Amino acid sequence: MKLLTGNDLPTGDVVWWTGDGWSRHLVDAVDVGANGEAIAAAEQGARRVNVPYVIDASATPDGPRPAHIKDRIRALGPTVRPDLTLKPADASAGNWVI
Amino acid sequence: MYRYDEYDQAMVDARVDEFRDQVARRLSGRMTEDQFKPLRLMNGLYLQLHAYMLRVAVPYGTLSSRQTRMLAHVARRYDRGYGHFTTRQNIQYNWIKLEDAPDILAELATVEMHAIQTSGNCIRNISADQYAGAAADEVADPRPWAELIRQWSSFHPEFSYLPRKFKIAVIAAAEDRAAMRLHDIGLRLIVRNGELGAEVYAGGGMGRTPMIAPLIRDFVPAADLLSYLEAALRVYNRYGRRDNIYKARIKILVHEIGADAYRAQVEEEFLAVKALGIDPPAAELARITAMFAPPPFTTDLPDAIDLPDAIDRTDPDFAIWVDRNVAAHKQPGHSIVNVSLKPAGGIPGDASADQIDVLADLAERYGHDELRVTHAQNIVLPHVATRDLPAVWAALVKAGLAEANLDLVTDIIACPGLDYCSLANARSIPLAQKIQARFADPVRQRDLGELKLKISGCINACGHHHAGHIGILGVDRKGVENYQLLLGGSGAEDVSLGKITGPGFSEDGVVDAIERVTDRYVAVRQPGERFLDTYRRVGFETFKEAVYG
Repeated sequence: MKLLTGNDLPTGDVVWWTGDGWSRHLVDAVDVGANGEAIAAAEQGARRVNVPYVIDASATPDGPRPAHIKDRIRALGPTVRPDLTLKPADASAGNWVI
Repeated sequence: MYRYDEYDQAMVDARVDEFRDQVARRLSGRMTEDQFKPLRLMNGLYLQLHAYMLRVAVPYGTLSSRQTRMLAHVARRYDRGYGHFTTRQNIQYNWIKLEDAPDILAELATVEMHAIQTSGNCIRNISADQYAGAAADEVADPRPWAELIRQWSSFHPEFSYLPRKFKIAVIAAAEDRAAMRLHDIGLRLIVRNGELGAEVYAGGGMGRTPMIAPLIRDFVPAADLLSYLEAALRVYNRYGRRDNIYKARIKILVHEIGADAYRAQVEEEFLAVKALGIDPPAAELARITAMFAPPPFTTDLPDAIDLPDAIDRTDPDFAIWVDRNVAAHKQPGHSIVNVSLKPAGGIPGDASADQIDVLADLAERYGHDELRVTHAQNIVLPHVATRDLPAVWAALVKAGLAEANLDLVTDIIACPGLDYCSLANARSIPLAQKIQARFADPVRQRDLGELKLKISGCINACGHHHAGHIGILGVDRKGVENYQLLLGGSGAEDVSLGKITGPGFSEDGVVDAIERVTDRYVAVRQPGERFLDTYRRVGFETFKEAVYG
């Protein structure tokens, strides 16, 4: 599957395309198929996202999993600061990155 | 310390106003990201893996307590409660909002700080010996010269769009604590026949093509220093490779045409530049120098060198910390305190807002209001009365800042790596933590002695892996983190570049490999030898054999 990601312009937060908007949570991301570049251009033009790009991912029972470690870290947060990740209550969340 | 004059302040304030307008235009859509990116970078604002990152300049690593408190305030109010001290003696914040950036810069300007020229192809923050003004072995205080170069290079119209970024270091001692020869230009102040001047080295650097800077001029009189730098930069600006980013640094130019040819060009240009009169008049130099006058040291204290007589060392932990983290001061009765930002299990170079405030308080109460950031990502209190060391240590212990591991295997330089940096290929920090855990026994650390371990998460070498006695380079191997091991580097006066041992390792594998290296060191070392000494004596192959069998 293909996901569209980028950063929120005013805050810089990592965001994921949900089909009708942007979410801070990877679990909300949807497969954009071959439409990623077109969506990215439109959304960037409207300043609803900054520097969007398309990534490869796989569907898992727990939600989308980016193919590359860099995007998994973007999705979770720094693996060395579990208190600052999107899953602060999950002490083993960092293992998901590997 | 240097204090802004009306021109300095006006320049910084004007830049804040300009950037506020640029941010407003970006947020309103009147500017695209392509248009905005070079402008934000000129103000130290990057877009990193999780958010915007702001790199704040700490000129030659020197801070006052007031400035340090502001850094804590920025961490607390605008970031997530911490900052990261860098190998360029700066501080970075990892969670900045674009909409907050103008206010942050405005607040920094109130304490004479900014983020100008912390990115881009310009002359970056000047680095210097963190013991400047305190070191017993310096011939002069390098800071007035670093400040002069800062002023000369700030908004320099000819050097704002160089072929590539440009880093200058200034030291004034035989011991190199600033990796001087791994800079684009390195200056070592020396005295010859009673006259102050500088050795000039050019064309050093790390990154994907590490080079040790060759000597270009063995003595430039101090009165000619800016003219000589201007000439050196002009030659680079004219002939540096703008067509290939990987060959654009001055090190490539100096290497390709040779030090002699580069020197000849610079000397010719220098004759023309000197006539322009850009070196400062004596009165201006005196004005700057006066701001770095020694603080009012107490003069009735026992000699700092004779520590056992000066302080109570009965607490073994305190004694270990003194022996490891405290250095001799040129002023009798005073000491230089190194505060390690490498606690076991911590993140190298990170400090919480509360810790930064503690450091500011200690500097104010015990350290003549001065702090330094080191390229090894630690903090120095340069002027502490030796009799105050127990009180300083007790406060550091309370704040979690009393790790007694300066220059030991756990005092690891590590870049932010793939946990934060969009350029990185592999994580650096978790590896640093695993190495710290493996070598957690403080007795073992001290037995291994000085062992500088440096980790970079990509070829750009922000973690100085080329200069590590043991260096580690993280690479991306088909989407999996992999770590190459290097041995034999040094950023000190015995400068050398590390050599890659061979095939890379997994994260756990490289920790095991490091332990095989240190075990071999222990097995073959001679009395008094550091790891680097033993490596140089017995050679690379002995350690390679230990690593791979």
